[in-house]
Amino acid sequence: MVLAERVSPAPVRSVAEGAPPRRPKNSQGVAYLFLGPWLLGAIGLTVAPMVVSLYLSFTDYDLFNSPQWVGLDNYAKLFGDDPRYLDSVVVTLKYVVWSVPLKLVLALAVALLLNSLRGKGQAFFRSAFYAPSLLGASVGLALAWRAIFDTWVDTPDYALITIVLLSAWQFGAPMVIFLAGLQQIPRDLFDAAAVDGAGWWRRLWSITLPMLSPVLFFNLVLETIHAFQAFTQAFVVSGGRGGPADSTLFYTLYLYERGFTEFRMGYASAMAWVLLVAIALITAVLFRTSRYWVFYGDER
Amino acid sequence: MKRVAVFVLCLAGLALVLYPIVWLISASLTPVEDLVSNLRSLFPGRVTTDGYAGALEGAGGESFWTFLGNSTIVASGAVVGNVVSCSLAAYAFARLRFRLSGPLFAFALVTIMLPAHVTLIPQYVVFQQLEMIDTFVPLILPKLLATDAFFVFLMVQFMRGIPYELDEAAKIDGCGPIRNFRYVVLPLSQPAMVTTAIFTFIWTWNDFFSQLIYLSSTENYTIPMGLRLFIDQTSSSSYGPMFAMSVLSLVPIGLFFLAFQRFLVAGVATTGLKG
Repeated sequence: MVLAERVSPAPVRSVAEGAPPRRPKNSQGVAYLFLGPWLLGAIGLTVAPMVVSLYLSFTDYDLFNSPQWVGLDNYAKLFGDDPRYLDSVVVTLKYVVWSVPLKLVLALAVALLLNSLRGKGQAFFRSAFYAPSLLGASVGLALAWRAIFDTWVDTPDYALITIVLLSAWQFGAPMVIFLAGLQQIPRDLFDAAAVDGAGWWRRLWSITLPMLSPVLFFNLVLETIHAFQAFTQAFVVSGGRGGPADSTLFYTLYLYERGFTEFRMGYASAMAWVLLVAIALITAVLFRTSRYWVFYGDER
Repeated sequence: MKRVAVFVLCLAGLALVLYPIVWLISASLTPVEDLVSNLRSLFPGRVTTDGYAGALEGAGGESFWTFLGNSTIVASGAVVGNVVSCSLAAYAFARLRFRLSGPLFAFALVTIMLPAHVTLIPQYVVFQQLEMIDTFVPLILPKLLATDAFFVFLMVQFMRGIPYELDEAAKIDGCGPIRNFRYVVLPLSQPAMVTTAIFTFIWTWNDFFSQLIYLSSTENYTIPMGLRLFIDQTSSSSYGPMFAMSVLSLVPIGLFFLAFQRFLVAGVATTGLKG
C-alpha cells in the first residue's frame, strides 16, 4: 500500500484516505459479491499457499511421500552445506547490482534525449525504444541473444554479462516512465535557472534529478524486485543448467532445479522463503534510504 | 543544429536497439551452412525459406500449429480471466463502500510485489492432487481469480477517475450497484480493460516459467515450450527452424505492439507497468 502511494508516478488518490465522499451506501454484501473471485484467489492461491510453503520449508517433501518434519535443517543446509546455493546467491546479487543500474542509466539517458524532441518524432522513438521491453522477455529473443553472443555464452567470465546486457536492452519500460516524469516538471523552474545562468549540467543536477527522484525511486524498487526473480533469460541463455561452470546459476534457476527436477520441495520452499525475506529486506532498506535522496512535490 | 544532432543520436541508438531483432529475422532466412560459417553477417548472400518449412513441421513430433493453438488457448483464457475478474474486484475497491475496503486493497497491493515462488510449490501440489498437471487449468484458473493484482490496481486507478456524480445519477434512476457497474462504470472503463487485455496477452504469450512447470507432454506444449526443445539441441542443423520459429513466436507480439502502441505506452507511463 505504502509503496504504490508514495512511488507511483501517476497522480494516485491516496489509498489510506479510503472511500471517496459520495459512494453509494448499503453496498456491503454486494461489494463482497464483486470481490468474490479475487477473495477466493487471495485466500486459496496466495495466503494459504504461503502458509503451506512456510510449513514445507521445515520438512523433507518429495511430492509422493508425506512431508517429514526436519526443523531448521533445510535452512542450515542452505547456508552451511550447499556451495552451489551460495554460488547462486552471488550470481544473482551480481546480476542485480550490474543490470539494474545499467538499465536505469540507459533509460534515463534515452528519456532525456527524447525529452528534447517534440511531437511525432518523440512519439515514434518512444514506441520504438519501448519495443524490446515486450520482445526481450520471450524465449525466441533469448535464443537469438544466445546465438549473437555465442562465444561469450560458453565462457564463465562473460556468460553473466550476456544476460546483464539482455536485461539492459529492455530499458524501454523505465524509459517511458522517466519520460512521463520529465514532462511533469514545471517549465518555469528551468526558465528561472536559465535566467540565473545555470548551464545544462547544473540544471540536470539541481532541477531535473531532484524533481525526477520519486520516479527514479519507483523504477529502482520495481526493477530490483524483478531482477531478483529473473528466470527465462538465464534459463535459455545457459541452456537450462546455469552453466558454464554455474556462472549463470540464478537463484530461481537453482530453485527450479531443486524443486522441479529433483523434487526436493521442502528445500525449494526454504529457498523461496529466503528469497521473499531478502526482497522484503532490500525493499525496506531502499525505502529507508529514500528519505535522504527522494524529494516529493509537497516538500517543494 | 542541436535538433539535428539529437535526431541523429536517436537514429543511431535505434539502429543499435533494433540490431538483435533484425539479426534474428535475417538468420531465420539464411541457409544453415552460411549461418555456421558466419554467424554475425547481417545480410546473407543467399536467402532460403527452409527454416520456416522446418519451423512449421515443429519439434518433438508435434507441428508448430499445435504449439500455436495451445499458446492461443492459454493466452485467450488468461485475457478473459483477467479482464473479468480484475474489473469486478476493481469496481468494489474503487466505487463501493465496505468495511474491509482499506486493508483488503492494501493486501492486494502487497501481493503485486510478492515473488511467485513462495506460492508456487503448494499450488503445484494442489494441482497435482487434482490431477490437473499437464492441463491448461493451472495456467488459466489463477487469472479467473484475479491473482494478477497488478491489473486490479490499474483498473482501480482508472475507475476512481470516473466522476462519482454518475453513480448518483444512476442511483436516482433506480440502478443498484450491479446495474451501475454494468451500464455506467464498465463502459467508461474500456481503455483500462483494453490495456489489461493487451498486457495480459503479451505476458502470457511470453511466459515461460509456469508453462515449464505445468506442461509436460509435447502435445500440450505452447510456443515457448516448443522453442525450448531447441535449447538442448547443440547441433547447428536445427538453427534454421529454431530461428524461424523464434520469429513466428514474436509476430503476434509485434502485431499487437503496432496496433496498440498508444495503449501500451500510456499504460506504462501512468501506472509503471513492468513491461
